[in-house]
Amino acid sequence: MSESEENPMNIDYVSNLARIELSESEKEKFRGQLGDVLKYFEKLKEVDVDGVDPTAHAFPRFNVWDQDQVKEPFAVDQALQNAPQSRNDQILVPKVVEE
Amino acid sequence: MKYEAVIGLEVHVQLETNSKMFTRVPCGYGKDPNSLTDAVVLGLPGALPVMNYEAIEKSIKVGLLLGCKIANTCKWDRKNYFYPDMPKNYQISQFDQPICEGGEVEIEMPGESPAVMGKHRIVQLTRIHLEEDVGKLTHFENDSLVDYNRAGSPLLEIVSEPDLFSPEETFAYLTSLRNSLIYAGISACDMEKGQLRCDANISVRPIGTEKLGTKVELKNLNTISGVKNGVEYEIKRQVKAIEAGEEIFQETRRWNPEQRYTTPMRSKEMAHDYRYFPDPDLMPVKIDRSWIDQVKKELPEKPFDKQRRYIEEMGLPYSITSALCPDLSLCDFFEQTTKLSNDPKKVGNWVVNDLLRELSASREKGEPVSVKDSPITATHLAQLIELIEKGIVSNNVAKEIFPEMFSSGRSPEDLVKEKGLEVKSDQNEIESLCSKAIQDDPDAADKFRGGKEGAINALKGLVMKATRGQANPKVVDETLRRLLSE
Amino acid sequence: MSSAILLEKTAVELSDLLGKREITSEEITKAFLKQINRIDDQVHAFLHLDEQDFLTQAKDSDKRRAQGKSLSRLDGIPVALKDVISVKGQPLTAASKILENYISPYDATVTRKLKEAGAVIGGRLNLDEFAMGSSTENSAYGPTRNPWNLNCVPGGSSGGSSAAVAAREVPLTLGSDTGGSIRQPASLCGVVGMKPTYGMVSRYGLAAFASSLDQIGPFSKTVEDAALLLEIISGHDPLDSTSFPTEIPSYTQKINDPIEPCTLGLPKEFFGEGMDNEVRNSIEKAVEFYRTLGHRIVEVSLPTTDLAVPVYYVIATAEASSNLARYDGIRYTSRSNRAKNAVDVYAKSRGEGFGEEVKRRCILGAYGLSSGYYDAYYLKAQKTRTLIREDFNRVFKEVDAIITPTSPTPAFEFGSKSDDPISMYLSDIYTISTNLAGLPAISVPCGFTEANLPIGLQLIGRAFNESSLLKIAHAYDREHKFGCFSPPLAKE
Repeated sequence: MSESEENPMNIDYVSNLARIELSESEKEKFRGQLGDVLKYFEKLKEVDVDGVDPTAHAFPRFNVWDQDQVKEPFAVDQALQNAPQSRNDQILVPKVVEE
Repeated sequence: MKYEAVIGLEVHVQLETNSKMFTRVPCGYGKDPNSLTDAVVLGLPGALPVMNYEAIEKSIKVGLLLGCKIANTCKWDRKNYFYPDMPKNYQISQFDQPICEGGEVEIEMPGESPAVMGKHRIVQLTRIHLEEDVGKLTHFENDSLVDYNRAGSPLLEIVSEPDLFSPEETFAYLTSLRNSLIYAGISACDMEKGQLRCDANISVRPIGTEKLGTKVELKNLNTISGVKNGVEYEIKRQVKAIEAGEEIFQETRRWNPEQRYTTPMRSKEMAHDYRYFPDPDLMPVKIDRSWIDQVKKELPEKPFDKQRRYIEEMGLPYSITSALCPDLSLCDFFEQTTKLSNDPKKVGNWVVNDLLRELSASREKGEPVSVKDSPITATHLAQLIELIEKGIVSNNVAKEIFPEMFSSGRSPEDLVKEKGLEVKSDQNEIESLCSKAIQDDPDAADKFRGGKEGAINALKGLVMKATRGQANPKVVDETLRRLLSE
Repeated sequence: MSSAILLEKTAVELSDLLGKREITSEEITKAFLKQINRIDDQVHAFLHLDEQDFLTQAKDSDKRRAQGKSLSRLDGIPVALKDVISVKGQPLTAASKILENYISPYDATVTRKLKEAGAVIGGRLNLDEFAMGSSTENSAYGPTRNPWNLNCVPGGSSGGSSAAVAAREVPLTLGSDTGGSIRQPASLCGVVGMKPTYGMVSRYGLAAFASSLDQIGPFSKTVEDAALLLEIISGHDPLDSTSFPTEIPSYTQKINDPIEPCTLGLPKEFFGEGMDNEVRNSIEKAVEFYRTLGHRIVEVSLPTTDLAVPVYYVIATAEASSNLARYDGIRYTSRSNRAKNAVDVYAKSRGEGFGEEVKRRCILGAYGLSSGYYDAYYLKAQKTRTLIREDFNRVFKEVDAIITPTSPTPAFEFGSKSDDPISMYLSDIYTISTNLAGLPAISVPCGFTEANLPIGLQLIGRAFNESSLLKIAHAYDREHKFGCFSPPLAKE
């Protein structure tokens, strides 16, 4: 979904993507501020990265893993100790409209 | 205008590992809710993933089994979206560098009759990648509950090319794929337990055209026949819609197995913007030649290859192989017995007709016995066949004692001896029984002497009855003929 | 010993006193608790402190010592933690409303290591919400104030960790550094703050902000103390796949090894405009000191320097937007009561629970990763990051360490930058590139302005060569000990 140059960020679309509800005044404020930040990011446009690999990790290694040996899980009440709502040892959420 | 369907399948398989994909908490099914979690599973602040070596190796095994190209290097990406069964609201998956690419699945279509092998075709795969599973949501009237036991389990996603063209092919594909995965010890592939899940992408196009139609994703296909039925319905629905002048638009639909139709699911964010990016918490995987070679050594014979071997090298009829081959442990039993007995055809018959029947009966009784635990061992069966071949026991008697062999676990030799079931070949005893039979049924004797071949059977019947079927039929036959001709 | 004297001791000195049985851990802990109770309502470094538990640990330490079973040189020394590092049974708010009721069910690896060393761990220290900020003004629970001037910020995001040491509330704290969040507040508060090489200290248990940049590190009054704490918390952790398998030497020993003459580099891009004059003078004096020790000073160039800020912000916000997705009102965070259905829970809980800066960064981050923008922003930034790393690699062929100011200005007043995100982002300009390159760096206090505000000197070292970096830093610090000057507020 591309945006035009004049309106670089569709605040409604991105705040929905990020699942953050913004008030109208916040949206106004952010439009301005984030627009400025993005203009500042334009510096990146001029950089020549021809033939340069992206840095995925500062000090890359391969094959960092564990053998398949089980360890003790949390107790159920430990798992749920911070749950806002629960029932029958499961986390309760308001109705999910569909799968 | 006639239409054809094009179908692609995305199959998710739970790998059978002890611990989860990115943490060493145990995997498990049917355990108390939220009893298989830790900081990583729940996505608590500060939790970090650590790869499970076994899951990687099992994935390589599947890739090799299905003829894929195994990646030299593969990496992990975050697939970002929000849903209550997602602990981190991103799923660790593989986007542009999956562990396997390409590959194929051989499928078999039904033949003209169960005794005839149907056509085989190779279906192409696109790729296979590893990812972590999500939790389980259960819906109630006013709310939903989440259990994270399943979250984080290793999941293999096998993606086919849009290379299936009918509900029957779809069924055949799933059946074949399942068998291969079960053979390789990857998963028990029990769809009811969610160990194997399937989504279908279905589109239709006018026959003879190349361009793919708009595809619809179909979810909630929870059984193999459900997949077939769901695909079948959706194809019909699309064709009907097009013929009525409607447009097919890209959407996700849900198969409703009770009502047997598909319904639209709320269209999710316009083609989900998953914002894939390489997961900074995980290092990439390098798979070298020697690792691949080592896994290759552990590959099982593929189900269809086995079937072909049974037919071509052992001379088994197709119908017997199609009963044997889907069950690897049954095949193991068969092969073990054949090694001892050297008569694959006979062994095949006994296994498919008699052993399977006993195993089924045990399931129906509610006390299921698996082939591995069968009280009739390979040695027992080989022995039984030998007893028949040596003429010590008649075929009928063998069939009769088979259930008791199963329920008692005793060897056929023991049972036969104990019950005195040996074929009676004692010449004198048979001689006197035959004489008596001729005396008891002079009519039949006369008819036989008069040229009616079949009349001897009545006399044989009398001897068999007197010996409770244990008289050696050959000896009886010879003796009767001799006596009748005297 | 009077508590006034106690509060001025370094951790090493306290450890020696404990070893000689001239003092108990209980006395030490009580002295610091008294200080906290006396001044923290002004400084507000602490979000939470379980005093009972603190004292119990101190008493346990004394018991161990009495039985000759002390666990390490840190046994009995109070250490407080930035409120993003998990301690089982303790709150972890990350200075956010969304975690206001969260109690951690597990220990971070660094917490476990501190416990195994017998340290007296306690206290949740204030920060910019989710470590996003350079002033601690973004805390949902009120800012921390700079102990040198309560009208000024302590820096951020580890403002509480820095101020607590400066105010003599605890001798040692841990903070986290993603773009300078340890070094900059250390500089502004006049204490030592260090960011280790990426991968030296486990991130398991650190609420993540930007996974490829975050590191936990020590705050202290002296370089020697930092070395002591670093020794305990560093090391490979199988629970953190980014943690590096490397031997941890005894840094406290290494820093006192004789030091051969080194070459120290001054990157010319760091000494341009925008630097406060008093800061410049202070740094130049420090450089002169190194010259007198026989070290060679050369000018070097890091031409990618001005790219560091946009590269950092694209990458950090992208990773943050993904790392913070888990704070969603479902499993363990505050949940909005305005939510009518499951989908609602997310947007409303996060809208209510996150502060402005966090929202800004999550939205920016989502944007930079979104379809159509990924190549131009995230991918471009990661490639540019490679260029930045290569710059440093090249410079480190000629020099053993790089010297720069830590912050272009001393502590600024509250509210002076909070309306302008870019201006706030630029206060990280000297520290950000080291996170991008993964290199270790330390801020050492090197003077004061006329207004009695601290100034910090930054030294950047080679990857995985903490010994060398600490040695060079210690060479300056042991002769100046600016970190041992106390703000008037700290003295009774």
